[in-house]
Amino acid sequence: MAVKQPDSSYRLEQYRQELVTTIIVTAIAVIALGIYVMPLIFGVVTSLKTQAQASDPNAPLLPSDVITFEYEGEELDVFTVPLEDGDRPLAMLQPGRRASTFIDPAAPDAEPIEWEGNWRQLEPVRELSVQWGNYPEAWSTIDFLRLLVNTLIYAFVTMIGTVIASSMVAYGFARFRFPFKNVLFIVLLATIILPPAVTLVPTYAFFVTVLDWGGTWWPLIVPQMFGNAYNVFLLRQYFLTIPREMEEAATIDGAGPIKTFFQVILPQAVPALTAVALFHFFFAWNDFFGPLIYLAGNPDANPISVGLTLFNGLYQTRNELVLAAAVISMIPPLVIFFAAQRVFVQGIVITGVDK
Amino acid sequence: MDMVTEVYAAQKKIGGESRNLFRMTAARRREALWGLFFISPWLIGFSLFYLVPMIASLWFSTLDFTLSRPDEAQFIGLDNWQHMLFEDPQTWQALRVTLVFALISLPIGMITAFLLAVLLNSKHLIGRDLFRTLFYAPTMVPVIASILIWSQVLNAQTGWVNQAIDLTGVQASGANGIRWLDDPKLIYISYTLIGLWGIGNAMLINLAALQGVPTQLYEAAEIDGAGWFRRLWNVTVPMVTPVIFYNLIISVVGLMQYFIVPWVLNGGDGYPEGTTRFMMIQFYQQAFAFQNMGYGATVAWFIFVVGLAITALLFATGRYWVYYAGESR
Repeated sequence: MAVKQPDSSYRLEQYRQELVTTIIVTAIAVIALGIYVMPLIFGVVTSLKTQAQASDPNAPLLPSDVITFEYEGEELDVFTVPLEDGDRPLAMLQPGRRASTFIDPAAPDAEPIEWEGNWRQLEPVRELSVQWGNYPEAWSTIDFLRLLVNTLIYAFVTMIGTVIASSMVAYGFARFRFPFKNVLFIVLLATIILPPAVTLVPTYAFFVTVLDWGGTWWPLIVPQMFGNAYNVFLLRQYFLTIPREMEEAATIDGAGPIKTFFQVILPQAVPALTAVALFHFFFAWNDFFGPLIYLAGNPDANPISVGLTLFNGLYQTRNELVLAAAVISMIPPLVIFFAAQRVFVQGIVITGVDK
Repeated sequence: MDMVTEVYAAQKKIGGESRNLFRMTAARRREALWGLFFISPWLIGFSLFYLVPMIASLWFSTLDFTLSRPDEAQFIGLDNWQHMLFEDPQTWQALRVTLVFALISLPIGMITAFLLAVLLNSKHLIGRDLFRTLFYAPTMVPVIASILIWSQVLNAQTGWVNQAIDLTGVQASGANGIRWLDDPKLIYISYTLIGLWGIGNAMLINLAALQGVPTQLYEAAEIDGAGWFRRLWNVTVPMVTPVIFYNLIISVVGLMQYFIVPWVLNGGDGYPEGTTRFMMIQFYQQAFAFQNMGYGATVAWFIFVVGLAITALLFATGRYWVYYAGESR
């Protein structure tokens, strides 16, 4: 008996429905993305405006500037003037409350044109004018190079420390049996929910009064040399997936645990180590509270996060410069993310999903 | 396994292991010593930067101790605690502010993260990988940069949000317009919007969980005639409750430390009308602005106890609504 085939009109209908769903879903995604990244576009666009335009509610959306016309050594503003023969862009020679005189930039030698009405109601003529100069200005005003060097040194020094320490601890939890292992493991993970405030006051008092480390990087660097719970967890999960046979082979060849760790485990775990290094880099780039309290007396040591905040406080009227500085500060993390997103995403997923 | 499952697993194994180093065989003892060697960085770090400071913090809370005059520190018993709990109105205000903000921002943030994950998991979406990258990108924007950008995009006059609302005919900019960052009734919504640029990780974890839901479940539901929403609500949501739970815990931990946004926007002065005086702001003011180490430590312990209580509550209720496949609990 022949199996009943769905006829072609049915298949066509099904195909049409799939197409409609695809269009709708993709359109929703496009609109949602547009709304979601709108502030980013706003930030970039505003960072390219003039100071006047950045704080003018009636200014056009795109960076633009009022057109001027040079006439006999003077800069004249150009307005759209409604004349009998239609709107014309004219340069204002003599403003007046009831009537003003204008020069036609197309024919500057002709007689000035008289126009009756309040010139303040005229719309200035603007042209697209992108203030790329805001970026170098923001860069030098905020002394970005110093902030960048500070942040990079902090990020890399603590990255090396935390990767080495966290991978050691993770290996210990992944492969060895020792007393109170499960209790310690729970305590380790419990430190994630511990608010840093509860340890901060004595730590601060100790670093600042006993060791006199106020204004230096030491209180920020030293505590990160001992591993951190997220990183340990992520690396442990990864180490558990490495087959034990490789370590057993190394042991038979006479390698001790330290040698096995460095020569067998770490080379196998490069993706997880990269993920941890990246997480730490982004953490350091954003770290705020620690630098805020420990570097309070020494602004030269500030990282980008604190430097940008101070800059925002000092340049309240220069919206475009603040945004230019903000845009500069997001370039390194975004570039690294786009370059390494596969490793990165895998790392995030390991900590939160039951696989 | 994810973190929460691992905690449950480790909990079950407690007690099943030998603890006395001297009662082990030589091989087991060597293994245990090597294990302790490898975890020693954390043991040292935990003792120095968690255990001792926590206890010291509790001790500090019994002192009248100003950092600039350490020699004059003196024991005052429970005075700090009494002052904090019964006399200082800012304590309870900070707690209320933090909890109200949590009740508004947590559901919005978590639902947005989940819905975005559903969207990005749809097989009908063209260019899925590109969309996933682009939706995650704002999470990579440094926190300070994103606050500065949001504070200007929400500006009542020059911000695009109000200008976009103007286009619909409602006058949002102008004197009587929508003042996102000045109106006590809107401030938590504005802060929540700023927070939406940080939901990338929650979104990714949701997405990974969605990809792990067995397709047979959907097929079975479809045969039973369940529509899109029924499948989402009755199949997808229960299957991803573990990651919802995980995201919830992580979000609560983050909210207990909520500091940077109010600090950057208004220097932690509580503007408008004290609505942004979060617990961490209160802590910062006492401990670092006033250098009052004793009272600061007391506030810190208060934050810790509140956070612990909420987390414990979540773990206690979690067993009723979090679905762990293959576990009978």
